[in-house]
Amino acid sequence: MVPVSHILLLSTALFFIGMYGLFTRRNMIALLMSIELMLNSININFVAFNKYVWPGQLDGIFFTIFIITIAAAEAAIAIAIVINLYRSHLSIDVNDAAELKH
Amino acid sequence: MNYALLSALLLLLPLASFVVLGIWGRSIFRKASGIIGTAVLGTIAALSVYIACQYFLVDGQLNGTYQPIIALQTEWLKFGYKELSIDIGILLDPISVMMLVVITVVSLMVHIFSLGYMKDEERYSTYFAFLSLFTFSMLGLVISVNIFQIYMFWELVGVSSYLLIGFFFTKPSAVAASKKAFIVTRFADLGFLIGILILGIQTGTLDFSTIIDRLSNPQSEAFISMTSAGFLGLSTLTWALILVFMGGAGKSAMFPLHIWLPDAMEGPTPVSALIHAATMVVAGVYLVARLFPVFHLDEIAMSVVAWVGATSALFAAIIATTQTDIKRVLAYSTMSQIGYMMFSLGVSGYGGEAGLGFTASMFHLFTHAFFKSLLFLGAGAVIHYVHSNDMTDMGGLRKHMPVTHATFLLACLAIAGVPPLSGFFSKEEILLAAYEGNKAIYFIALFTAGLTAFYMFRLYFMIFWQKEKHYDPHHGEGPMSMKLPLIVLSLLTIVTGFIPFAQYVSSNGKGFDTHLHLMFSIAPVAMVIIGIGVAYVLYQKANDKPTNLANAMGGLYKAAYRKFYIDELYLFITHKIIFRFIGKPAAWTDKNIVDGTVNTVASATDDVSFMIKGWQSGKVQQYAMYFFAGALLLAFIFIYLWH
Repeated sequence: MVPVSHILLLSTALFFIGMYGLFTRRNMIALLMSIELMLNSININFVAFNKYVWPGQLDGIFFTIFIITIAAAEAAIAIAIVINLYRSHLSIDVNDAAELKH
Repeated sequence: MNYALLSALLLLLPLASFVVLGIWGRSIFRKASGIIGTAVLGTIAALSVYIACQYFLVDGQLNGTYQPIIALQTEWLKFGYKELSIDIGILLDPISVMMLVVITVVSLMVHIFSLGYMKDEERYSTYFAFLSLFTFSMLGLVISVNIFQIYMFWELVGVSSYLLIGFFFTKPSAVAASKKAFIVTRFADLGFLIGILILGIQTGTLDFSTIIDRLSNPQSEAFISMTSAGFLGLSTLTWALILVFMGGAGKSAMFPLHIWLPDAMEGPTPVSALIHAATMVVAGVYLVARLFPVFHLDEIAMSVVAWVGATSALFAAIIATTQTDIKRVLAYSTMSQIGYMMFSLGVSGYGGEAGLGFTASMFHLFTHAFFKSLLFLGAGAVIHYVHSNDMTDMGGLRKHMPVTHATFLLACLAIAGVPPLSGFFSKEEILLAAYEGNKAIYFIALFTAGLTAFYMFRLYFMIFWQKEKHYDPHHGEGPMSMKLPLIVLSLLTIVTGFIPFAQYVSSNGKGFDTHLHLMFSIAPVAMVIIGIGVAYVLYQKANDKPTNLANAMGGLYKAAYRKFYIDELYLFITHKIIFRFIGKPAAWTDKNIVDGTVNTVASATDDVSFMIKGWQSGKVQQYAMYFFAGALLLAFIFIYLWH
């Protein structure tokens, strides 16, 4: 059996890759993808701990399903925003949407 | 008779005129402002003459003594100390009623004169608004029941004088003159205020009649406590009176606080006639007269009054003989004549015949107001014609300006003291009082009388005789509005001398008879004739005698021409001593400590906000980074440091 530390290393790596993307990318789609990566790293954590710590229960699995559902809803809204942004700015670069700053 | 209503109206009408002309003068009443102001003045002049007739001839006397009438009195401000309160009210007694007539009549004449004189001015309506303000404040000053009320109106006349001196505010000299007048009189008023406070605290009241009641009896508690305690060898009473007199001396341009008066001539000439000749500058004399029952009890204060007056009279007369600016000559002459009034009060006794000096002083105040405003208005007409203040630009004007010439000559004769004009009678009484009171002052006054005749006729001959200069032939003598006041005032100059003044105004209210002593009159009249004669020889035709004489006098002439360097002395004291040793450290403290604290707080805030403003960039990714950094930090704290 794969030891839990391997799985935790994987999820940590995924989380920080997502975070790096979130901080450095200017493209909104890429930002969205980074956020998905971070959510999925958390899902992996939930599933792994559920499996290794409370094998007889399903709480972690439920949480994972909730998070996937919310991520789907979030993606729907975020993509709607991206489309609107593109329509109004002809760009999906977050730095171009800076009207409220001035 | 309802004095309260009439005298309140007397005050409220000019105040209303000031407010109306001040607010709507530039828009609605642009053309009519002069007429409005003059009409108001006409009304209150009639009112005050009516009040005077009623008071002097009908109501005022009780058992042969004129009683003060308090027409109105309300408590305005109460201190929690010894029943001290500031009251506002209206006091009618012989001197205040006399002043009402003087102020309103002269002010009316000045208003009428200004209709013509100021016609083309841009700020015509403002001018009349200021005149109304001045008339209101001056009337308020003379009818005050309370020494603090007089102080408030005292400052108000100071303000209106400031506004009117600086009326031509585009001229730097006028601005400087108005500031100078305000600061010098304000400095003197500091003494006045301290004097008021001492009097108020010691007697427990600020009310004139109560102060006089409590202090005029040498056995009274207040009198004993004020004369027994002292400071620097003078009793409290003396200090209080000298300090009050300091305020009076500042307003009345007495030596050495006179330096503002000659410069005040930068204002429009009718203003000089009203404020700086007839009314405001005699406020100091009026103040001493108002407190005279207290003053005469204190010999030191009385001799200060007498000697300051006598010094100013002589000093100003000497300077007046050398000046060439027509208005400055008149200003120094005013100062000299006010000096007469002052020392006349200073040498006077109290009650009946002994109070001749008091009566004489008030009489001279009364007659001087008319002939001096006549002189100023005449000078105004001349300046209007010649467009210059300098006597060397004038000459031979008697053919061009017959009315002005005749009235000016009359006023010159009156101020010189030629019988039977009004100036003769009042000056005669002053000299008599001085003769009985203090021989040294009498001789100073006699000599000054000769000087007065000399410098007035020097002025007269240089303006109206000598060689004709080139004038604009189409410029008339002036409109009717400028001639009428001259004629009215010269009639008053002739008539007022025959008023049996001592019957009405005396130190204790009891009238007495004055007699003309023929033998006594010889000396002053002889001095006057000598003065006029010398002026005739030197100035009737242009010649080089005056220059030769001036050269022969050498240093004395130069010193008098430079006004005895008093201005330079003041400049030295203020610039070299006060500014350097008090002003500069104060400015340093203000700039570096007071402002410094405030500025440091402001600049620290500015620096800090400059440093941290980058945190709020509006970039969501940056915020997310902070968020994660915070989360990491918290995680670190809770995992490793929190036990």
